[in-house]
Order: sequence, then C-alpha cells, then structure tokens
Amino acid sequence: MADLATPPPRAVSLTLRLAVALTLILSGGGAAVAIAAIAYGQNAAQQSYDRLLIGAANQIAEALTLKDGAINVDIPLAAFELLALAPQDRIFYAVYGPRGELITGYDGLDGPKTGQNLGDGTFTGAPVRLAEVDRRFAERSFSGTVRVVVGQTTRARAELTRSITRSALLAVVAAGLLMSGLAIFAVRSALGPLQRIERDLAARAPTDLTPLGVAVPREIGTLVSTMNRFMARIDRQVAATGRLIGDASHQLRTPIAAIRAQSELAAGETDPARQHAIVARIHRRAVSLSRLTDQLLNHALIINRTDAVPLDLIDLRRVAMQAVDEIDHDARSTDTLKIDLPEDPVMIQGDSFTLVEACKNLAANALRHGVPPAVIVVRVEGRKAVLAVRDNGPGMPEDHWPDAGTRFARRASVSPTKVGLGLSIVDAVARAHHGEMSFGRTSTGHFEARISVPLIKEAEA
Amino acid sequence: MTRIAALLIVLASSWGATAQADPEAIRHYGPDDATQHLLVRGTTDIALFDPVLQLFAQSRPDLGIDYEQWGSNDLYSLAVSACAGMDHAADLIISSSIDQQVKLVNDGCAQSHSSAATAALPTSSNWRDQVFGITREPAVIVYNRALVPPEDAPLSRFALIDLLRAEDRRYEGKVATYDIEQSGLGYLFAFADSQQATTFGSVIEAFARTHAVTTCCSAEIIDGVASGKYLIAYNILGSYALARAAKDPNIVVVAPTDYTLVLSRAALIPTRASNPAAAGDLIDFLLSDEGRQSLSAQYLYLAPSQMRENGLIGTEDGGSSLRPMPLSPVLLVGLDQQRRAHFIKLWRSAFSDR
Repeated sequence: MADLATPPPRAVSLTLRLAVALTLILSGGGAAVAIAAIAYGQNAAQQSYDRLLIGAANQIAEALTLKDGAINVDIPLAAFELLALAPQDRIFYAVYGPRGELITGYDGLDGPKTGQNLGDGTFTGAPVRLAEVDRRFAERSFSGTVRVVVGQTTRARAELTRSITRSALLAVVAAGLLMSGLAIFAVRSALGPLQRIERDLAARAPTDLTPLGVAVPREIGTLVSTMNRFMARIDRQVAATGRLIGDASHQLRTPIAAIRAQSELAAGETDPARQHAIVARIHRRAVSLSRLTDQLLNHALIINRTDAVPLDLIDLRRVAMQAVDEIDHDARSTDTLKIDLPEDPVMIQGDSFTLVEACKNLAANALRHGVPPAVIVVRVEGRKAVLAVRDNGPGMPEDHWPDAGTRFARRASVSPTKVGLGLSIVDAVARAHHGEMSFGRTSTGHFEARISVPLIKEAEA
Repeated sequence: MTRIAALLIVLASSWGATAQADPEAIRHYGPDDATQHLLVRGTTDIALFDPVLQLFAQSRPDLGIDYEQWGSNDLYSLAVSACAGMDHAADLIISSSIDQQVKLVNDGCAQSHSSAATAALPTSSNWRDQVFGITREPAVIVYNRALVPPEDAPLSRFALIDLLRAEDRRYEGKVATYDIEQSGLGYLFAFADSQQATTFGSVIEAFARTHAVTTCCSAEIIDGVASGKYLIAYNILGSYALARAAKDPNIVVVAPTDYTLVLSRAALIPTRASNPAAAGDLIDFLLSDEGRQSLSAQYLYLAPSQMRENGLIGTEDGGSSLRPMPLSPVLLVGLDQQRRAHFIKLWRSAFSDR
C-alpha cells in the first residue's frame, strides 16, 4: 500500500533512548556507589589499623614503670607483634617525659595534634599514621604526663583500602551488568507489543483495513485505537471512493452511450428539421448529464468532507437560510419555497457546508417531485435539532423509507432528473453529524424528509 | 631528614662499642679493569663467603667486587653514618645481626629490590622487599670431644645448666659465649633466648656462677674450644662450628634439643648504594640454586636434611625444635635504647656477681 522506498522520518530509536537513560542512571548510580565504596574502604582500613596502633600505644603505656624516680620503659614484644600485623609497614615510636624529653624511641617523632589521639604526619620522608596515648603519674617521686607516640607507615592501609574498594567495585560492576541484563530484557519485553503490531500489519493483505486485533498493554492502547480510527477513516474514504467510481461508471455510462447514439444519429440525419430535434435531445441529455456529474462530485466531496473537516458550533437556522439563498432563483419564488424558523438559535456541532448541501438536496427533491410549496423547517425535538423539508404531496412510498439513503443511488432506473444521489448525500451528512435521516408525514398527511442531529444546549455552548 | 640522620648517629655512637674505622679483612674479586664495581660489606668470614663470591664473579666478568669483612656493630654504625651521607655507602650489606638490618630498613636506609627470586621467598625471609634472608644457620653448642666425657655432653640447655651446677666446678671458666656488648650477633641470640624460654635466666645465672667467659668473635671462641682453653661454647653460629668440625674431629656441634634458633643472615641494598643493580644481581644469585649449593657447601645454608646428615638433629626429628628468626619489625624491640640498656645491665649484673 504505502511506498516502502521512502521510510518515515526517524525520531531517536526507543531502544537508544532507553539505553541512554539506563546508561545515565546506571553510571550515575555506579559512580555514587563507587565513591561510597572508596570512602568505605578507606574508612574501614583506617579504623582497623588505627585500632592496632592505639592498642600498641596502650601496651607500651601500660609497660611504663617508675623506678628510682625515673620512668622505665620495657617495650613489650606484644606491642610490636600487634603492629607487625601490618607486615610491610615500618614502625616508629617514642616515649616522652613531662618536659618533652625523649625517654626512649625515635627522637623527633611528633604526635598527632594536641587533643587528638590519632593523626597523620610524616617521618623519615614517609607518610605515617600516628597514635598517642598519655599516661599521668602522680607519685611522690614522679609527677607528670608521659606521652607514648606510635607511628606506622601506611602501606597496609593502602593495600586494605585497595582490596576493599576492589571487592566493592567488583560487586558494583556485577550488579551493573545484572541490571543492564534485566534492563535489556525489560526493554525487549516492553517493546514486544510494538513488534507484534508490526508483524500483524506486515502480514495483512494490502486492502485489509480492519482494526488491529493485537492484545496490547494499556500504555500503547491509545496508539493502537488511534491507529484503528485512522484506518477506519481510510477505510470509509476508500469505500466512498469505490462507491463514487461504481456510481459514476454505473450512472454515467448509460447517458453517455445515449448521447453518443443520438449524435451518431444526428450525423447521419439529412433532414435539417429532424436533425435539429435530435440536437435538442442531445442538449437535454447533456444538461442532465452535467447535473448528474455535479451531484456525483458533490457527493464525493461531501463524503470526503464528513471525515476530514472538524465540526464547529453553528446555528441550524443559518444553515436553512443559506440553503434558501443558494437554491436557484427560479425555484425560490415565495410560492414554491418557504422557510419556517424558530425564534431562538438552534445550536449544533456541525459543518455548515455539508449541512447546507444536504438541505439543498432535500429542498431540490421536494421542489422536483413534491407538490408546492416546499417548506424548510428548523425545530427542536427534545435533545434533537431537526432540519426538515416538507411539501404538500404524498412523497415516497413508505416501503422505500428504510433504504432511501442507498436505494436510489444504485437503482438503474433512476433517471438523472429524478432523485439521484441526493438522499445518499443527505444520509452521509446526517451520519457524519452523529444524527440520522428519516421520513415522516405531518398530521395533515404531508410528506416530510428530515435530518435530526444532537442539540447543543445554550448553556453548553 | 637531617634531624633523623643526626639521631641515628647519636644512636649508633651510643652503642657503647668502640668505633672501629677499618674492616677486619678485604678481598677483591674480578678483573682489575672491570667496568662496574660492587662493594659488599658483611660480617661473614671471608673464608666462608669466598666460594660463592668467586662463583658470582665468574658469572659477571664485567664486575669488580670488593668484599669487606666487618664486625657486626661496626658494620651497623658505618651503615648508619653512610645512610646519613657521612660515609661511603656499600652497595650491599650482609649481616648476621638481622635486628640491626631490620632497623636500617625501618629507618629508611635501604632500597627495594624485587625479582622472581625475592618473590619466591617466604614472608619470614623478606621484609618490604628491602631485606632478605639468604642463609640458614642454627645457633649451636660446641664442645671438645677429647675433653668433655660423653656423659657430660650438653645436648640441651637443661643439660648445660645441670652440668654447670655440678659440685666439683669442673667447668669453672671453661664455658665461652659471645660478649653481647661487643657482638651484635651475641646480643641478638641472647635477646632471642630471653624471649624464647625461662631457661635463659638459669643459663646466665649458671654462666655467672661458673665464671663463663664472654668474648668476641666466632673464630676465636671455636679456636679456644679446639685448643682446650674452653670446653664448651654456647650460642655459636652453626656455619663456623660445622666448618671447623669438618677439619677437627674433636669439635662436636650440638643443636640444643629444647629449641634451636635458626638465623637467616640478612642482605640489604643501602639507599645510597652506587651500584644497586649489581647488588640486586648478587642477592638473586645467593638465592638461586647455584648460590644456595655453594652456601650450603660452607654450611651457610642448612636445610633440615643437611642438619640431619651432620648429626645436628635426630634422624626422626622433623625440625620441630627449630626456631627460625623471621625478618620482622618485632626485632626492633631488642634494639630499643631502654630495653637494650636494661638487658645489658641484667647481663652485666649477672656476670659481675662472680
């Protein structure tokens, strides 16, 4: 049906959009988790080894003894064994007396900032972590604070940080991969209905415009029903086009054949008088053919409009008046065509042009087939607005009423001067306005053809 | 940095040992016109270390090697001042005073060296990729077979203590061990003993009572045992003792059955080494099969199997009495100024009671 060589304009693919969105979310989340993992790793490593450092400092502090009024330090082996749990790190320590004098250890090893028992520093050119434990003596022979400072290089901390961070990042990467996998699965299954629709459409015969029967999730249900409505419209237009072609071929063939036969007759006629008569017949036929063509094209135009033009809020009385205006002058003498309108506006949702055409068709039928005068009536019946045309004749036989909308369009015997396509147009216009075409008789027995459409209350308008 | 260096000097000079400015012996290997030079300073006797150095020199014809033999404390003092830039630094230091070696590393005086050979070392023989254990030498008791009757053979510390407590005082003045103030190795062994078992107290008490002789240097002590000047020597390095026992049938070497310390001589490359690459090559060579075999021939690398062959441990003994001394910062405790001072004081007081 459609030309496959020209693909539709492309927006960014859904998969790509989802991929970009997921990538952003995953990488953003991943980065946040990674930063958290690094911070956690650093913190965990720092805390673990800080405990060792403090533990060692405490052990040394506990080993401080007073002997002959002097501080005695027997550095416990256990303190160093504790520190050696960070096997690749250098160990520094110092014990300072109350006046800051070195009792033992590395002179110049400064403790952490005053008031803190843990801190960072450098010693022998290497970054070290420092812990300080103070021990106060209040003895007769010795009084004052002895400071124990223990420092350690940071190799084991860095290694533990790396190891914790690495594990955490591995977990993050694994989770990311898993989530990506799930996301791909989710995207595929979410886009599945679209593929089913595509397969359904691809499998259709070119002329199949029936609604899609694919079960789809709510989110794209609107899309599918919109598409179905669109296809239904195309279907109607295709059907209308088909009808037009059918009607045209059906109805134009006979008059044209007649004209051709008459013109051949005229060409072969030698008697000017008879030839003249034949030419006059040809002329009549041609005029009638021209009217028929008008109607056919009007019909097509109106059918086309009914689907294509949005409905406006209009006053049905104006439609009637415009129809009267547009009807040929000879028919519009006050004797033959009258108009009967209410005082208040009759508002409906409608397309003025098609309604005027429908009204003209009804009026034309009444003028042509009925008994004058024909009256165009607008009135309100409950929630319906009615546009009717009545005359003083008996009108159509009642058994023709139900299929009047299609009957005369198809009847071979309809002559171009008779009903023709008029009622078919009226019927189509009525349907397009969510209304209907109907026939009836007045109490006086007069024939009336009418269109009733939903009324819009003034309040709603 | 300068402050630290100054501190190290102070520490070194406060050692109490008389600073000896000269090496005990020097030997040169390799061609005189060598393009590269390697200065090795060690405590190992040249006689023992000579074969492995010759092998290495053969494999490196471009290299001129100087080996200087030093006493352990002097070697340490020199390394400390060299670290501070106040002396010419060696390219490689190999010392039996592994605590001093560890301290040099801890004070940032060593540089890293890593290779397949060092990576294969157990963690107890490799600290920070900066100091490596290259030998396996037990601390042994040596006695003279001709002068000590078989029933007196000191096979363990308990036996030794009992022997020295004997009423007749027949071992009075006849037992020798290292002077821990002069010998870094002696101090290391003594301090390790004090950590290992309570027998240590009884041992020095017994030494003090029998007027045991504290002197310097493995060779001198073993000579004394061979000559009959001493009958028993305690905590002697197994390498020297076994080398001597191989020549002198009267020398008996005993690995104490209660426990035997096993020392792994430590090698490090000083920060200021001028040829660290060649030093690294020598370390790798010492750790290689060829180097190990050569060390082994000089009793410097004793696998348990070889100890069994030499009668040091029983044939069914899997080596459970062996106490390897790992290269670890725990060794620093023995070098703490106060701790060392206390220990030496304890030692001195025991011996001054005589």
